[in-house]
Amino acid sequence: MPKNDLQGTLDLLVLKTLSRTRALHGYGIVRHIQHASDDLLRVEEGSLYPALHRMEQRGWIASEWGITETNRKAKYYRLTASGRKQLQAAEQDFQELVKGVSALLRYA
Amino acid sequence: MSLYRRVANLFHRAKLEEEIEAELRSHIALRTDENIAAGMTAEEARRDALLRFGSRSALTEATRAADTAVVLDGIARDVRYAGRQLWKSPGFAAAAILTLALSIAANVAVFSVLNALVLRPVHVAGSDRLFQVVNKRQGDISQSYPDYLDYRSQNTTFRDMAMYRIGFAGMSTRAAAYKCWLYETSGSYFGLLGVRPELGRFFDSRDERGPNSASYIVLSDGFWRSHFGGDPQVTGKTVELNKYPYTIIGVAPKEFHGTEQFFWPDLYVPIVNEKQIEGFDFLKNRASHGSFIIGMLKPGVSEPQASDNLNAIAHALAKRYWQDDGLYARLVKPGLFGDQIGAPARRFLAATMILALLVLVAACMNLANIFAARASDRGRELAIRLAIGCSRLHILRQLLTEALLISLIGGAAGTLCAAFLLSTLTYWQPFAEFPIHVSVAPDVRAYAVALMLSLLGGIVPGLFSARQIWGMDATQVMKGGAGETAFRRFHLRDVLLGAQIAVCALLLTASLVALRGMERSLHAPLGFQPQAVLLASTDLNMGGYSMDSKRTVYRRILQEAAHLPGVIAVGAIDEAPLGAGGNNTSAYREGTTDFRPSNSVLSGSTYVISPGYLQAAQTRLLAGRDFTWHDDTNAPKVAIVNETFAREMFGTPQAVGRRFVQGDGALYQIVGVVADGKYNFLTERPTAAMFFPATQYPDSDMTLVVRSHLPAGEMAAALNRTLTKIDPDLPFTIESWEDALALVLFPARAATLTLGVMGLFAAILAITGIFGMTAYAVSKRKKEFGIRIALGTQPVQLMRTALGRPLVLLLGGSALGLTFGVLASRLLAQIVYEATPRDPLVMTGVVIAMVVVGMAATWIPAKRALRIDPAALLREE
Repeated sequence: MPKNDLQGTLDLLVLKTLSRTRALHGYGIVRHIQHASDDLLRVEEGSLYPALHRMEQRGWIASEWGITETNRKAKYYRLTASGRKQLQAAEQDFQELVKGVSALLRYA
Repeated sequence: MSLYRRVANLFHRAKLEEEIEAELRSHIALRTDENIAAGMTAEEARRDALLRFGSRSALTEATRAADTAVVLDGIARDVRYAGRQLWKSPGFAAAAILTLALSIAANVAVFSVLNALVLRPVHVAGSDRLFQVVNKRQGDISQSYPDYLDYRSQNTTFRDMAMYRIGFAGMSTRAAAYKCWLYETSGSYFGLLGVRPELGRFFDSRDERGPNSASYIVLSDGFWRSHFGGDPQVTGKTVELNKYPYTIIGVAPKEFHGTEQFFWPDLYVPIVNEKQIEGFDFLKNRASHGSFIIGMLKPGVSEPQASDNLNAIAHALAKRYWQDDGLYARLVKPGLFGDQIGAPARRFLAATMILALLVLVAACMNLANIFAARASDRGRELAIRLAIGCSRLHILRQLLTEALLISLIGGAAGTLCAAFLLSTLTYWQPFAEFPIHVSVAPDVRAYAVALMLSLLGGIVPGLFSARQIWGMDATQVMKGGAGETAFRRFHLRDVLLGAQIAVCALLLTASLVALRGMERSLHAPLGFQPQAVLLASTDLNMGGYSMDSKRTVYRRILQEAAHLPGVIAVGAIDEAPLGAGGNNTSAYREGTTDFRPSNSVLSGSTYVISPGYLQAAQTRLLAGRDFTWHDDTNAPKVAIVNETFAREMFGTPQAVGRRFVQGDGALYQIVGVVADGKYNFLTERPTAAMFFPATQYPDSDMTLVVRSHLPAGEMAAALNRTLTKIDPDLPFTIESWEDALALVLFPARAATLTLGVMGLFAAILAITGIFGMTAYAVSKRKKEFGIRIALGTQPVQLMRTALGRPLVLLLGGSALGLTFGVLASRLLAQIVYEATPRDPLVMTGVVIAMVVVGMAATWIPAKRALRIDPAALLREE
């Protein structure tokens, strides 16, 4: 069975978000996920930052301090090459999970 | 890489935390901005932003955790915490560390000796393939030179073989004359061991061109420095050994001390020159043993293959020569006189190691008790921490860290102690006359063992308290009820303490048994009276005398010594009994013609004595007469034997007038029978002994025995003057007979000392153990005692409650230990003369010692219990 859990899902969402943009700060990631999912998904802000730092330690994303359009200092994250690979794997895992769960829902 | 960064992050924690803070602040600011844009008031906007975050500090902590190697950080924190805890309770820390340090010191010291003497082979390259070939015949591990030549030339399994023999010679330079110890070695010796000279060259097989052909010597580094001032021009110089000229050709390297661990020679001489050194010729005599064979196996040859190969040769030799009857080759690790010293030393050291480990076990039990008591004392604190959500695992980790910290500090302290002790031992020369060194500096292996033992010593007791924490019921502890119910039951720690007391009693019994045995051995029937006697020993060969002049000087020395003022009796013997050397020969029935060893009736110690020796030594003559100067070469050959000889040879002590034959076919008539004595070891069984007159049995070894009523120092000075006057070039060693017995008493002394020290350690541990437990019990039951006192309990009854359990443990443990001690004494009897626990003094001694231990341990807690003031207690609680 593909490795998957809630934390993995958050990672997937963040990685996917960063793959669509050049670089984004934590708040921007929260906003993007909310918008892109039509308000269906709301990221717990309390769990976002530990996840970001963990992924950075694993080398999937890199960070850099920058200035927002509103002239505030913020830490911007962007995807690295190894993060792109991780994203592919995570996406595949997730697809399989969805397939598996829906199959189960259909026949059970 | 990521782990590296996370570890690195541990070290700039402040900066990291600041950055996380800044990031979170920026997030909140962005959210607030947008909230305001969406129409909230500034205050509402900020409140909403904060609310979405939840607990800021928890978030910071969680984020930081993602950035650092949490486990390591946690350990560092635990170590700091444990350090603080220990600092806060110095009594506990000191008791625990001291306990561990003592036992670790004992273990490291014993292990180092074991390691140096038994485990570590001779220090040469390829020492794992180096073996000594010993003659299996009991009591004789040495070999003859002709057998060596045959083994060396006929074997197919050894790269090479060498022979060496320990001896001594009188060295005279222009400046002085003295006795020096040496190895007579075959030319192959240095090449076999792969040793390179520090200076000059070594002699080799090319130098061996027949008897007395190689008058070369190689000095040891130590002797070169002490007697030649480390002179770099020493090679080529000539010295005299036993009055024969020898050329110094080289100096051996500093770290090479020959192939006997204990016996470091001053110099090395080619074995082909043995006649000049020993005074007799053994190169052609197959029956003359006394030399050692070592050999280096060829690569790929196994030990059994080599020993089969040699035994095939031995078998053929035994068939061919009657002197080799029963010849057998056995391979042993070299270094300790074959396994003559090795085997008993190994047994003794193994037993001592077990004792040391027992002390360690006792210490661990003690530590377990101390930890358990401490965990109970901190029960409330721990319970509160559990209640507010601290995980059990976390508490355990902290307690174990504390235990580890103690074990490391204790281990380090103990190892330092042991290293100090061992370094003094390394510089110690137990016997002035012999070049005996005990090189036992601890090496990497010893330190590794110390580390392992101290970790074990910390973790195992720590686990006991862990067990306690694991089963802890937080609510129960906080209510304060747990402590009291716990003391009703019989606890694991009671068992531990009982076992510890038993170990202590065992060690005390063993050390007392050894001590009494030692004392008794000083008054044992030795067959002579060593008190008030001086011995002056020499080898007349060292004076370079011819056979006839030897006899003259022998007699002259005796006569002049007898005329010294204060002298009661004077005699001479070749080598005093219970000394380092001694000869053994076989005796045959009259009429025997085939002298193979299996035909002999007995084998006994052989001595060559002068007329008057028996009187000077006060050896009791049971029947017959002493030798006289008329028992000379013109008279029939005579001998004096001891009772055991008479009984073994003739089945009766009445042996005067009867005859026996020696291996060379000479017939002897017995003129006297003397009382049995001790000849080689104090612990030996009655052994046959033969005494021959010096007038018929010339020997160059001479030990003058002078009994006088003057103080030893005064007598020694007078004796020295007389001997120097007779021959200034003949080195003599003068010492009291009692001092000379030090060598034979050494194993017993060492055993007694070791057991005594271990016993002392065990007693200290038992006292602290009992003290800890009793004091703890009293403090736990303070409330109960207060109530009892208030209700009118008498002090005696109170004492019974307070001390009942420790006393039961003390009695039970002592009884058990005493029993084991009695059983263990059988082992001890092999080392210490007449070690028997069936001795009222030993029994009372142990009982008194245990009572003292008990009193010392319970005195303070008992006083504390009696002094409880119920009124004060009521106020407190």
